[in-house]
Amino acid sequence: MPKRTDIKKILIIGSGPIVIGQACEFDYSGTQACKALREEGFKIILLNSNPATIMTDPGVADVTYIEPITPQVVEKIIAKERPDALLPTLGGQTGLNTAMEVARQGILEKYRVEMIGADCETIKKAEDRELFKKSMQNIGLDLPRSALAYNIEEARQALKAIGLPVIIRPSFTLGGTGGGIATSVVEFEEIAALGLKSSMISEILVEESIVGWKEYELEVMRDKKDNVVIVCSIENFDPMGIHTGDSITVAPAQTLTDKEYQKMRDASIAIIREIGVETGGSNIQFAVNPQTGRMVVIEMNPRVSRSSALASKATGFAIAKFAAKLAVGYTLDEINNDITKETPASFEPAIDYCVVKIPRFTFEKFPEAKDILGISMKSVGETMAIGRTFKEALQKGLRGLEIGHSGLDNKLDYSQIADEKIKLRLREANASRIFYIKYAFQKGYSIEEISQLTGIDPWFLDNIKQIVELEEEIRVTSIDRELLRKAKQFGFSDRQIADLTGSDEITIRKLRKEKGIIATFKLVDTCAAEFEAYTPYYYSTYGQECEARVSSKKKIMVLGGGPNRIGQGIEFDYCCCHASFALKEAGFETIMVNSNPETVSTDYDTSDKLYFEPLTFEDVMNIIDKEKPDGVIVQLGGQTPLNLARSLENFGAPIIGTSVSSIDEAEDREKFSKLISKLNINQPANGSAFSKEEAVKIAKTIGYPVLVRPSYVLGGRAMKIVYNDKSLAEFLKEAVEISGEHPILVDKFLEDAVEVDVDAVSDGELTVIGGIMEHIEEAGVHSGDSASVIPPHTLGDEILDTIRKHTQAIAKELKVCGLINIQFAIKNDLVYVLEVNPRASRTIPFVSKVTGVALAKLAARVMVGEKLKDLGFTEEKTISHFGVKESVLPFSRFSGVDILLGPEMKSTGEVMGIDVSFGTAFYKSQVAAGQALPTEGLIFISVKNDDKRDTVFLAKKLCDLDFKILATKGTAKVFRSNNIPAQVIGKISEGDKGLLDLIKKGQIKLIINTPSGQRGQSDMKYIRSLAVMYGLPCITTLQGAQAAVNGMESAIGDALGVKSIQEYLGLNKE
Amino acid sequence: MKTKLVLEDGRVFEGFSFAAGGTRFGEVVFNTSMSGYQEILTDPSYCGQIVSMTYPLIGNYGINSQDAESKKIFLEGFIVRESSRRVSNWRSEKALGDYLKENNVLGLEGIDTRALTRHIRLQGAMKAAITTEDLTDQALLKMVKASPGLVGRDLVKEVTCQKPWEWNKTGKYKVVVVDCGVKFNILRELEKRDCRVVVVPAQMPAEKILDLSPEGILFSNGPGDPQAVTYVVANLKKLIGKVPIFGICLGHQMLGLALGGKTYKLKFGHHGANHPVKDLRSGKIYITSQNHGFCVDLDSLNKNDVELTHLNLNDKTPEGLRHERFRLFSVQFHPESSPGPHEAEYLFAEFIDMMKKK
Repeated sequence: MPKRTDIKKILIIGSGPIVIGQACEFDYSGTQACKALREEGFKIILLNSNPATIMTDPGVADVTYIEPITPQVVEKIIAKERPDALLPTLGGQTGLNTAMEVARQGILEKYRVEMIGADCETIKKAEDRELFKKSMQNIGLDLPRSALAYNIEEARQALKAIGLPVIIRPSFTLGGTGGGIATSVVEFEEIAALGLKSSMISEILVEESIVGWKEYELEVMRDKKDNVVIVCSIENFDPMGIHTGDSITVAPAQTLTDKEYQKMRDASIAIIREIGVETGGSNIQFAVNPQTGRMVVIEMNPRVSRSSALASKATGFAIAKFAAKLAVGYTLDEINNDITKETPASFEPAIDYCVVKIPRFTFEKFPEAKDILGISMKSVGETMAIGRTFKEALQKGLRGLEIGHSGLDNKLDYSQIADEKIKLRLREANASRIFYIKYAFQKGYSIEEISQLTGIDPWFLDNIKQIVELEEEIRVTSIDRELLRKAKQFGFSDRQIADLTGSDEITIRKLRKEKGIIATFKLVDTCAAEFEAYTPYYYSTYGQECEARVSSKKKIMVLGGGPNRIGQGIEFDYCCCHASFALKEAGFETIMVNSNPETVSTDYDTSDKLYFEPLTFEDVMNIIDKEKPDGVIVQLGGQTPLNLARSLENFGAPIIGTSVSSIDEAEDREKFSKLISKLNINQPANGSAFSKEEAVKIAKTIGYPVLVRPSYVLGGRAMKIVYNDKSLAEFLKEAVEISGEHPILVDKFLEDAVEVDVDAVSDGELTVIGGIMEHIEEAGVHSGDSASVIPPHTLGDEILDTIRKHTQAIAKELKVCGLINIQFAIKNDLVYVLEVNPRASRTIPFVSKVTGVALAKLAARVMVGEKLKDLGFTEEKTISHFGVKESVLPFSRFSGVDILLGPEMKSTGEVMGIDVSFGTAFYKSQVAAGQALPTEGLIFISVKNDDKRDTVFLAKKLCDLDFKILATKGTAKVFRSNNIPAQVIGKISEGDKGLLDLIKKGQIKLIINTPSGQRGQSDMKYIRSLAVMYGLPCITTLQGAQAAVNGMESAIGDALGVKSIQEYLGLNKE
Repeated sequence: MKTKLVLEDGRVFEGFSFAAGGTRFGEVVFNTSMSGYQEILTDPSYCGQIVSMTYPLIGNYGINSQDAESKKIFLEGFIVRESSRRVSNWRSEKALGDYLKENNVLGLEGIDTRALTRHIRLQGAMKAAITTEDLTDQALLKMVKASPGLVGRDLVKEVTCQKPWEWNKTGKYKVVVVDCGVKFNILRELEKRDCRVVVVPAQMPAEKILDLSPEGILFSNGPGDPQAVTYVVANLKKLIGKVPIFGICLGHQMLGLALGGKTYKLKFGHHGANHPVKDLRSGKIYITSQNHGFCVDLDSLNKNDVELTHLNLNDKTPEGLRHERFRLFSVQFHPESSPGPHEAEYLFAEFIDMMKKK
């Protein structure tokens, strides 16, 4: 069936900000879809609030709206653009839910927009637990026993019928938020109540617990002619009970016989037909009882998912691209497999390697939260590794995770760990369980014992045991060629072998090269070498044959950022992709190295070549040895490649762009401080301490409060503002561990300063500013968590000129070639430099979207020797609109964590609001971030003493805007004496439950609470947690509150309009 | 134990044994199925071949007594990247290595199976030897060259049953299955559809088959070169038009020959469970299980009478034929799966329909 000709314009809804459970995999799928559909001549209209995505680049869709993803906005876009169709299956749960809501409100009908890919009926059948259950029963498939409940009474009834333990799953939520396993009635009551709240439709499923069963996933595709293929099977290493996003997963399935696999395959096909996903991909999850083989269906996602991104990268099968083409009428046999060119997409990939995905957690950022895993997802990123054995892939994955392990190594000495601790860490699923399995083996535990405690299949455990056994062999015998080769085939890194033999990484590297043990590269080709592959997508292993096709072209290698984490995510991947695009355009062969399956950078057609490898010195150097690139770019992938720069250069890698020594000069506090002094620029008084005593001494000299942190970190890891000796001592304990031989940096903390971020690009001669961003929150809140605005809205020209001058001077002094990011603080009209990063910053995509200048592309071109003058970028762009970046925080995932912002970055993603006035842009950014600011109703205000005076103006304005104000005694008194009516409410700690009731009843629309001192009032911490739970906007800084009131005023004044990025940037072709 | 594989063109792969010892000769082919090694091992069609699995981790779920496709292993050697030390599955009864040893089959692990696969893809399926013995490459190469290979070789006689036997006692349709190396799942599929199945040796003359008064005859899959199995082709010629006939794999090739066509050898054949086949009558695509090294040249057949029904979408080779008047049809792939997807099962139903229309 050829493509449909009755539709011309298609609206695609993206997934919005990166949050836990919904990361850049949807940028990958959305970008693929946009490209595929435009290739077919369709006009694409895109809505996504996330500026850090490739999909929102002005060239990807025809018309791009970076606006909040809400039904109202969708309606406005539809009214304006009049698309023929809406494709809802590529924007994750956000895209799907929004599309469903738009349909429910009759908007699609009103404007005659057809939902393609999956229609409302289908989505409902798959997402609605009861309908899904009925459908499964219709086709004779087994499910866990379950019942739906809409209130707590019904939930109790359900429990009676099913019996403990049970799983509680709220319907229509992201990644299982609010669900849990209850083993007691008390737990049940708590989780059920929370689940009812977090469900968009107040619905929970109470279900027979199948915790400990084996968990599988199948990725299925179907076309209009009812042809169905299974793209990939995935077996979870961690059993049922742990969210699949938090599980180590393996592709393909390892422990199913063909009979069992085919049964699952048949079931999947029957399910996609029964649910009625007409075209596109779905993900179906199953559980299998390890003792009896009983197979039950868990759930189905009628859309492209995180697992489909993984399946795409694991097999080379372009799921999202094909899903888009199927949605417009093509059938699987009409689409060619890009990788083999000859064979059609209507086949099932055969893979000849093992893929392991390992989640990346950041519990260290939330010390109050326990690192226990369950059915609510907690991980913020993932890495994928490919090897010829599970052992190899697992060890590659563990070093690719970049959490300080060089494989399944020995961070802890097993003999020092008590049995109770081992047993506990095995029984309770947690972020480091994989290492505890190893320690258990070292302590002599049997496979059966470990399997009993963890529920992990003995096959996986035996493979880990083999690693442990080989490790012991390496430790005790002299290592010969045979053993070294075997170790490499088991995935041991040079560093691991060095640690075991009392040697060092470089010596082992030399030794194995002498012995002819060299990494070979194999192709990911979808067909297990049965056909020739044309797309060079490689992984390393230690085989007999290397398939890398090294060309004689000029080539540049771009090192990516590895797994997403807080502080290093999609923004850096965006920069790496841009470099690749720009250099391809300039005629270079581009080589991408990365290990993150969610990203656009690891799409096989982003670069000329893709090496899916961990970003370690060893793995990267192996590729450099093979490819001999003319240049290696390390400044775009965040801290990960930067950390490798020095050692790569020592081994002869041609690092291009800003020199390694310049990078060092900026990162080394001592050198940096000298440099800034030399340039006669202000900086907060500071010092570097190599010991605890020294740190205390420096703090005393400078005077509290001081900002303390380890050197060489990203995302403000372990950064803190301390106000006295005691809290400094507390900090030092943790920090010394993190920075190793690096010193502790102590800076004078500038209280209540305005922070400014500058991104610029320099070619060594000319430095041009890309954007100056003014932070909404004061200095001290990590720049990644602070909202910021381009252009600055409160700073005078004189200050801006000083900032510009300083930027020029610093870039020149550091001989920057490429990107530079500088953080300034302005206090009492003085401009201080806080930090200089001669690399891509997190804000590059935001600046590029607001100004229309593709900074990372320019940087890449500059790095290969071109001049800004020739590239046509010689002066800072002036714009007549405002762009506001707001961060999105994961507090709802970590119960017990206070939501206060500080110098340690906690946000997972960002959104952008854009409009002609600051207020409206800010308002939009808040709506997009899920903090819908009210336009009427009751506002609770409680601020610290220092802020009371400034709050008066705010309250006055709110009053004029007809809001009602509720305040604690002290704050209310100030308001009243300024003639602002305010209701008083008592403190919870004093027994007054009034405020809680109002929050629970949904009567409070906004909370403004600035905490006093370092800890904040204990009362307020509870209120803030409650706000998170009820999704109530809560502003914790005065500056944030001022911006919010500004935004609310604009929103009340006139209705929000929508305008495409192409219009803002004057790119409209029509 | 060190074990090596020596190919006809002189290439040598060295690895380790995980099964029986000795020296064996056969044609080396690769199979791309990621699961189903037990079914592959027990498929009589692999008689005379050494099979290399492209999926590197084999043996993970062990061996059980339900999933065998015949009474024993007929292939000469089995090659894997890594044979699993530990088996894990609720139905598993023994380890792969032990099973091979019991059947006196050689097992080679630890070689770069992807390199071997690429070599076969580029150079074609070829004769080879596997040995655990201390022989020089040169001596082995000589022996490989002297070994018979598959072309022109009748291997059906090695795998067919010695005398007729009944698979089951009851059923609405009496079907005679000519055992050229039949897989049990063909028999199971027939039984599922209310057939009473009698399995007969490949050599049984046409008259004797007709004496059993079958309502349909199925010519099964099997090993080797179809052109060498002249006696079955001759029988087929006598049976065509008399009773509904269904041919699978080798049965399909022999039917092609009986209808006056030719067969030829493919470079490295189709061995896997992911081959897309289009049913040209409905336009629908089925993912099929395939295992063949020869192919029917449909152009050599009388096109007015023989309808091409199926096409392999990977290499566009013809994979199904049908003759309405003679009431016969056949396919190159395996509708009985095992291992592989169940999608092509509908062909058994077509066979039943054909028998219904008397």
